[in-house]
Amino acid sequence: MSEFISGFWDVYIAVLTVISIVACGVFLRSQSVRKAGPVETTGHKWDGDLAEYNNPLPRWWSWLFYLTIAFSLAYLVLYPGLGSWKGTLGWSQVTQLKEEQELAEKQYGPLYRKFASADVHALMKDPEALAIGQKLFLNNCAQCHASDGAGSRGFPNLTAGAWQWGGDANAIKATIAEGRNGVMPPFGTALGREEVKNVAQYVRSLSGLTADSIRVAMGREVFLRTCVACHGAEGKGNVALGAPNLTDKNWLHGSAEPIVIETISQGRSSQMPAHKTVLDEARIHLLAAYVLSLSK
Amino acid sequence: MKPADAPYREISLYEVRRKIYPRAVHGWFAAWRWALVWATQLVFYGGPWLTWNDRQAVLFDIAHRKFYIFGLVFWPQDIVYLAVLLIVSALSLFLFTAVAGRLWCGYACPQTVYTEIFLWIERVIEGDRNARMRLDRERNSARKIARKGAKHAAWLAVALWTGITFVGYFTPIRELVTSAPGATEAFWALFYGFATYGNAGWMREQVCKYMCPYARFQSAMFDRDTLIISYDAARGEPRGKAGKGDCVDCGICVQVCPTGIDIRNGLQYECIGCAACIDGCDRVMEKVGRPKKLIRYSKGRVLRPRVLVYSAILLAIGAAMAASLYLRVPLKVDVIRDRAAIAREVEGGLIENVYRLQIMNTTEQARAFDITASGLPGIHVWGENITGIPAAETRMVPVRVRVDGATPAGSHPIEFTVRALGVAGVEVREPAVFIVR
Repeated sequence: MSEFISGFWDVYIAVLTVISIVACGVFLRSQSVRKAGPVETTGHKWDGDLAEYNNPLPRWWSWLFYLTIAFSLAYLVLYPGLGSWKGTLGWSQVTQLKEEQELAEKQYGPLYRKFASADVHALMKDPEALAIGQKLFLNNCAQCHASDGAGSRGFPNLTAGAWQWGGDANAIKATIAEGRNGVMPPFGTALGREEVKNVAQYVRSLSGLTADSIRVAMGREVFLRTCVACHGAEGKGNVALGAPNLTDKNWLHGSAEPIVIETISQGRSSQMPAHKTVLDEARIHLLAAYVLSLSK
Repeated sequence: MKPADAPYREISLYEVRRKIYPRAVHGWFAAWRWALVWATQLVFYGGPWLTWNDRQAVLFDIAHRKFYIFGLVFWPQDIVYLAVLLIVSALSLFLFTAVAGRLWCGYACPQTVYTEIFLWIERVIEGDRNARMRLDRERNSARKIARKGAKHAAWLAVALWTGITFVGYFTPIRELVTSAPGATEAFWALFYGFATYGNAGWMREQVCKYMCPYARFQSAMFDRDTLIISYDAARGEPRGKAGKGDCVDCGICVQVCPTGIDIRNGLQYECIGCAACIDGCDRVMEKVGRPKKLIRYSKGRVLRPRVLVYSAILLAIGAAMAASLYLRVPLKVDVIRDRAAIAREVEGGLIENVYRLQIMNTTEQARAFDITASGLPGIHVWGENITGIPAAETRMVPVRVRVDGATPAGSHPIEFTVRALGVAGVEVREPAVFIVR
């Protein structure tokens, strides 16, 4: 903040605060001391003869006010509040958040860590680990992959056993921790409408969907020339590049011809965000076990 | 009337407390009060030590949001029962007050009960009224300090145990007394103990006179038929040895009064209706050979519209609460639709929606639940539709529901039914929405 506000305002506010507190004390003192002579009235008369004494505040009452002044002074010494003064306790919202996070980690950390040394495949058979994994999944993954893990359009189905980036425990942990960027480049301008349609027909035929045999034959040639680099000669994909297997019945964006044409001509770009900043290793370990258990 | 321009003098409105030394009293009403002291305190001190289903029978477990009362387990969703309980308590208070005045104040209020216990301790250690007054007037001596010290030690012991018992309703009391208590437990035990010590030992009648709101608003429940403690002036006056009235002016009724009033001056707001003066006066009347009941409960009609209306409302609410508790289904279900994945087409052209069912098994037994859906053609839960939930736990259960592919686009109301297997009547229906696009 100090880049935008000159140090003058810190001093200005500190001086105002101190003057206000002192003024409150002086005023309070003037109101709690009895003046010599007979008790005055407030000067107003009601119903002809009713008047109100102007007595000082009851002593216990003024002491409560003095107590608030003492409290405010102590507070301003201990905590930040007086201009740029940081307070002798060194408290700030950030340190408080850190303390609470550390406390939470101390409380709940062991719950996760006790599974950290177990093998992922062993955890897949441990109902307690899976119950915790499910809670982590529902809180962190279900927004995109759906509560049952079957995903939705553009968000992979985790229950089918088809793994775009590899299905072993380490690959899944890497996907969760580091995230993934899946990019299918657009081929619309390079291939032209007819060739795109031919390739689409060929790709559909790979998983047994109905296709025109002539277009399939023509599409195969284009495929072996263009798509082979990532999806492989047999269309089985490549987990190192995140290129999907085109021969299974698993369609990320949809299997209808117009959708496949759109995928080829305009490309796709999808992102799995990295979770290592929100989930620690022990939690990712449990999540991997739960995710793998979904496709059994 | 004072002329308007006369000088004003200051008048102190602060009433300095005059210490009251209530004299011990025995009799019919004192026996009743002691019976209620025993009854309420046996329940209060004994309650946390009872066991039910291998747990503390009465435990308000705030950390886990479970409230156990014998066989019943209440969850935060059952808060309405607490509201009804408070309404029943308030109405009961109205009813008792309308019939018999400050019955609660005189016999069962914790302030009265603990003051009675503390007075008993005081009497055992320092002696009765006269001995206590003498002791207070004495100069400090080893004897006086020893007496006072013993009294306060005994008071503090009772107060501390009261505080521990109170906290024992929220933290299992066996843990509380066997292991070092946490900071929160220690604070509340000391706080409640200190309040007991202060209120029953030092504040006493001042709580009733200045602090208690109930004492202030109960006059609204009084009418001419309400039982009040009254002095029969026609029979008693003129009082004293020379007088012809029955009152011998012995002053016992004033000496036994815990709030320090003279009942012969008529009904006063300080009177808590404890009937100590009735017991005291009856003994004197017996001794001097005159009829009892010079001080007595006034006679009034009990069956009158106010009482009947209070009773009817109380009965209706009580019956409704009992019925509702009896019919309570120990199962709660919330349905949460998946928001991002709206609808998907699956094999066979069926349309699938995904839900999370939050199923809360509020019993203390593990149970299996069967989940079904209804409300659309061909609707069914796909995959595993039986789920086991451990005792008193909540589980999120992802559920896939599939319907016929020919279902028109739009949102359709459906209904989930969650049923406990092997237990009749444990079934909850919960509405939801199925979306087809």
